[in-house]
Amino acid sequence: MARSTTKDAQALFNTLRSSYAATPTNLKIIDLYVIFAIFTALIQDQGIGGLYGNSWIFPIQLFSIGVLSCVGTAVLAVCLRIQVNKENKEFKDLSPERAFADFVLCNLVLHLVIMNFLG
Amino acid sequence: MKPRMIRTLGFLALLLISSICEAAIFHPISDSHRSAARQIFKPIDESVNSLRQVYETLKTFEILGIGKDLDVSASACTLIAETLKSSSASLKDINFALKSNGILKCKIDGQSFEAINSRLQAAITKANSLLDFFYSVGSLVLLKDQAAHLDVQVANADQIFRSIKALGQSDGRWRYNSNKPESSAHAAGIALETLARLMSLTSADFDQSLIGTLKNDIVKLFDGIEKYDDGAMFFGDKVVDAYEYEGPLSTTSSVVRGLVAFAEVTPGKIAVSGDKILGVAKFFLGIGVPGSPHDFFDQIDALALLENNRVSIPLILSLPATVLSVSKNDQLKVKVNTVLGSNAPPLTVKILQAANHNSKNAPIIENQDLRHDSGAGFYVLDSLPKEADVGKYEFIFKTALNDPSQSDVYAIGSRTSVNIYFTGEVKVENAEISVLDSDLGNVESQKKLDLSADSSISLSANHLQKLRLSFQLVSPLGNAFKPHQALLKLRHETKVEHVFVVGNSGKKFELILENSLFRSLGHIDLDLPEAPEKATRPPLQPIDPLSRFGPKAEIAHIFRAPEKRPPKELSLAFLGLTLVPLVGFLVGLLRIGVNFKNFPTATLNLFTTLKYLSFLGVFLVFVGHRTLSYLASTSAKLKGA
Repeated sequence: MARSTTKDAQALFNTLRSSYAATPTNLKIIDLYVIFAIFTALIQDQGIGGLYGNSWIFPIQLFSIGVLSCVGTAVLAVCLRIQVNKENKEFKDLSPERAFADFVLCNLVLHLVIMNFLG
Repeated sequence: MKPRMIRTLGFLALLLISSICEAAIFHPISDSHRSAARQIFKPIDESVNSLRQVYETLKTFEILGIGKDLDVSASACTLIAETLKSSSASLKDINFALKSNGILKCKIDGQSFEAINSRLQAAITKANSLLDFFYSVGSLVLLKDQAAHLDVQVANADQIFRSIKALGQSDGRWRYNSNKPESSAHAAGIALETLARLMSLTSADFDQSLIGTLKNDIVKLFDGIEKYDDGAMFFGDKVVDAYEYEGPLSTTSSVVRGLVAFAEVTPGKIAVSGDKILGVAKFFLGIGVPGSPHDFFDQIDALALLENNRVSIPLILSLPATVLSVSKNDQLKVKVNTVLGSNAPPLTVKILQAANHNSKNAPIIENQDLRHDSGAGFYVLDSLPKEADVGKYEFIFKTALNDPSQSDVYAIGSRTSVNIYFTGEVKVENAEISVLDSDLGNVESQKKLDLSADSSISLSANHLQKLRLSFQLVSPLGNAFKPHQALLKLRHETKVEHVFVVGNSGKKFELILENSLFRSLGHIDLDLPEAPEKATRPPLQPIDPLSRFGPKAEIAHIFRAPEKRPPKELSLAFLGLTLVPLVGFLVGLLRIGVNFKNFPTATLNLFTTLKYLSFLGVFLVFVGHRTLSYLASTSAKLKGA
């Protein structure tokens, strides 16, 4: 029973991997970027927040804007991925350049806000 | 270490006198006026050129009976003779010159008098304003007295009389001339005086009905008199023209002059009530000593006229002392005088009632006659009643003339109300000082005090305990007595003082203490812990008063302590940790096989610009940092120097 489940899981991962290999490279870059952002957020949240929080009074606004910056970027990157993906028919009129420009603009606004919070 | 503080304990009872009293006492003119007059009036010498000033000085000194030692006649007579000789002197100057001459009796040659006579006769026919009439008629009367050989006559006296009367108003006031609609009481006084002089100047008979009307006018004028709460009455004119306006003193004085002069020359009584004359006398006496010579003259001149007039002579009741000691059994003395301080005709003074201001008890004195001490001129109450205690009493005096027929001649107030303060020795009883445990109120140590003697006690206490000082004040009759204020003063041996107000239950009492208390009670040892860091410290005693304006101690700013930060190595380690995903991202990109060749390199676009700017930025970070820190260090050196 246990063996069959591991085999099934392996088979599942293999199919996932093979089908993901067919994904266009630009989407893969975006995925990688999202993963990078989320990991950075996790490290800041768990590592810095968890370790520092008890023994030192870490400047709370620096910690929170670090996390928010990463999460915000990740959300914006997901939005970019939705718009760039050719299989999403509803965005077929939208050119990828336009989507990237939106992404850059939104990042600018986000980070302006974040810089404002830096104090 | 606990500093051991020794404090001197002082106790101070302060009792304040309430000085407000509704029933004011008016004192007749006394020596204080005489000495004040010598200071207020300037000596008459060559520098004085105002004849009015000369006259006012001479007249005031004559009335007060002073200044005989001052040799004023030489310089004053020169001025008078010059004025009377001069053909250009004004009517006013002539008038004051003749008035002054009436006092000094200078040698003036007959020719001057004749010239003056003809000038005045001409002026009187041309005169159309009240002041012209006043000065010319007044001068003619003086001339008649001073130059016996001259035949001073006024041709058309009746016509002048009527033209002055024509300026009078229905309310008893007068106008200065027919062009001005405003009337004043000041002008009324001048007009009455002019009319009186005119009547004394001529032997002609004036219309008796006209004189009757004038007497009515005077009564009407006195109906419009103004009154103060203390019984003083005065005439006040509205300010219409700032140049002609005269204050209440000058106006009242003018009316008195007119009234007295008019009463002098007319037969029969003028129906002005004695109370109003008394009120006017009180007004003049209530002023005290005026500051300016002119006011001083107005006051003294009017009082001198009231002293002996035909309407009624005011008599003033006064008390030499209104603060009497119960313990010493002071005598209550009352004096009745005329306004200038002469003796009054025989009369009886009676205390109608004397009652304490604050209590509703029965009056301590009722209907008691005062004994007349003819030697000293006082009316004396020989001994204060036994019920008299410390406090404020209202006495109501009644005065009556022994000869009832004289009541027409003298004006004496039917009742006079006076506030009199009784003082006495106040005993301090049951004085006790104790140290209590604060919460429980247990008495730890208790000492009796004898406040009548300078005793000294020693107590010791710490900061958790309370000090209780209690005492009772008892008036000579044994009634409890509440002081206005009682203060407890703690003085540290470094002279730093703390004053506590001793709690004073019940409503306050108005009184006067003869023996206000100021006692040093003794020493108390206070065992105090060191003051907490944030507690207020006792103020530093000033070394000398000048140090108040010297430089103050520097203000030390206390900044908030910086927040605790983790060690630098740990922070850097976590910085590295956060960079791990970035490395993973770049590695991932390579694994995916991203085509980096398409990165633009040649032309100057966004990325190349960013690249150049990043290099330039790194350079600028170093250079800018060094420049700014150099500038900051030099400016810090400048400030420090």
